Amino acid sequence: METTDTPPPPAPDAVPRHGVPEEPPVRKVGPGGRRGSRGGGEGRTLNAFSHGMLVLWAFMVVMPLLWAVMTSFKTDREIFTAPWSLPAAPQFENWARAWGQAHMSDYFLNTILVVGGSLTGTMLLGSMAAYVLARFDFPGNRFLYFLFIGGMSFPVILALVPLFYVLNNLALLNTLHGLILTYIAYSLPFTVFFLTAFFRTLPTTVAEAALIDGASHARTFFQVMLPMARPGLISVGIFNFLGQWNQYMLPTVLNTDPERKVLSQGLVQLAVSQGYKGDWSGLFAGLVMAMLPVLAAYIVFQRQVVAGLTAGALK
Amino acid sequence: MHHGKYRFIAGFLAAPLALYALFVIWPFLQAVYYSFTDWTGLSPEFAVTGLRNYERLLDDEIFWKSLQHSVALVLLVPLVTIALALFFAFMLNVGGRRRRGAAAVTGVRGSAFYKIVYFFPQVLSIAIVALLFQFAYNPNNGAINAGLRAVGLGSVQPDWLGDPDFALWSVMAVLVWCTVGFFVVLFSAGMSSIPLDFYEAALLDGAGRVTTFFRITLPLLWDTVQSGWIYMGILALGAEAFAVVQIMTVGANGGGPDYSTTVLPLYVYVKAFRDGQAAYATTIGVALLVVTLAFAAVVMRLGRRERLEF
Repeated sequence: METTDTPPPPAPDAVPRHGVPEEPPVRKVGPGGRRGSRGGGEGRTLNAFSHGMLVLWAFMVVMPLLWAVMTSFKTDREIFTAPWSLPAAPQFENWARAWGQAHMSDYFLNTILVVGGSLTGTMLLGSMAAYVLARFDFPGNRFLYFLFIGGMSFPVILALVPLFYVLNNLALLNTLHGLILTYIAYSLPFTVFFLTAFFRTLPTTVAEAALIDGASHARTFFQVMLPMARPGLISVGIFNFLGQWNQYMLPTVLNTDPERKVLSQGLVQLAVSQGYKGDWSGLFAGLVMAMLPVLAAYIVFQRQVVAGLTAGALK
Repeated sequence: MHHGKYRFIAGFLAAPLALYALFVIWPFLQAVYYSFTDWTGLSPEFAVTGLRNYERLLDDEIFWKSLQHSVALVLLVPLVTIALALFFAFMLNVGGRRRRGAAAVTGVRGSAFYKIVYFFPQVLSIAIVALLFQFAYNPNNGAINAGLRAVGLGSVQPDWLGDPDFALWSVMAVLVWCTVGFFVVLFSAGMSSIPLDFYEAALLDGAGRVTTFFRITLPLLWDTVQSGWIYMGILALGAEAFAVVQIMTVGANGGGPDYSTTVLPLYVYVKAFRDGQAAYATTIGVALLVVTLAFAAVVMRLGRRERLEF
């Protein structure tokens, strides 16, 4: 079990050129240490220490999350007087208050609208550009490729200062569709990079056969190539979904209308407003409400999520 | 035939390229240009002022503080994160003891469980993580100080984010907390592709766990470590640091007490959108760009070594 999460198969081609050891596409049994002849004392101490560290870190990861869940069911008084004790009686109305009065429902809706639009757009435009760059020879191909992937290493905040005014001039500032377009644009570098590598690994013969049978280039792409590229699309889709769902910097700068806030900035807004009201329990309910769906989805799609996200760093 | 091909290429590239050029490339070019002007952002008029913004940068104490903090983040956060992650990943994949009848090599018991749990923070929004820790760090009723009281350390009650000496460390700890799991999983994937024979040969030669790690695992994993390092560094210089510092730290300027946690991306944001000094903000942004590229270049150079084929 422990070693089955090798990076997704798309990587092999991209990997060597970008300085990561070549990964055999097949999953293999993991290496492990056979410490057969290790004798008594010293080995055991080391073992206890290492296990202790592993347990300690798991504890450190889980405790803050459990603490938040627990706190979201407490009264404000309990939060202040006994941070670590269980709630005397679970306060479900905290959750109701956060969902309604504190506008969590609006923030969820805005986020779903934005991510729904931007994820669709990113995948469509990203795969179109990547396909052309991977499979067709034309003057300027290399230049465009590096233009796209160059965007991965530049500090985004630098571009956001002029972008704010560009969007303002286009009447896109503080609108959801403006945010959607921005998300798509800033997701393209990685998407194009990843999918270009992926399309190169696919066999060419199937597409050629389709062309010979009289399919147009566009039809070949949508009906033959995209289905073949499904594993790669899923990986990069998960990567983009989490990145866009959790995005904080772009909406903070470009989407300041309180009516249109997305989840991450809505929570920060909530922290400020509930802080004034002293409604900490409502705030924690909001935090946990935002946290649980993503964690639940992660636990269900654990393998795909891990593959999609680690593919991200293998650039 | 060729006519059709070029029309297809143009048709497929037009939309993504137009969007990318308008929203990413063009603002970048503009930003660099604006750094040589006195543009406020509030009015469309501005004049070219040459290097005046850059001269101002050299005398700006807060800029130097931000730069210092950003450099500290980019040096320390990846270092600590990667060291911890390598240790955990090694334990989870290679560190298991030999069990009779089991496969020759395994990780410790429950390694699948650890990997799932360690990865939790990675799927959460950095905003949620930052808010959570803001409360955990609260000196009076936060979880951390209450925990210290509970284990009898009631006299040790730091004012974490409110104390200029602790604030930046507290921020770093959060960044480490939320990225270690990602690297554990990434390195695990890398380690699982190292051939078993290498470990077996090392064992036959009597190598212990530590030797095996430094002589076999780390060299063969080096390329993954290096690209992970750059990835982490870009985050620590950019978006993640911005979010954590902007949300968590106190102070009227959002940069902690006495600017003790302010970082370059936050300073860009404050200058552009609060102080109405857009041109100066882009100048700071250009400095951030230079730091980012320098960091990437240094890591690439440090890491250059003979390619190990296996």
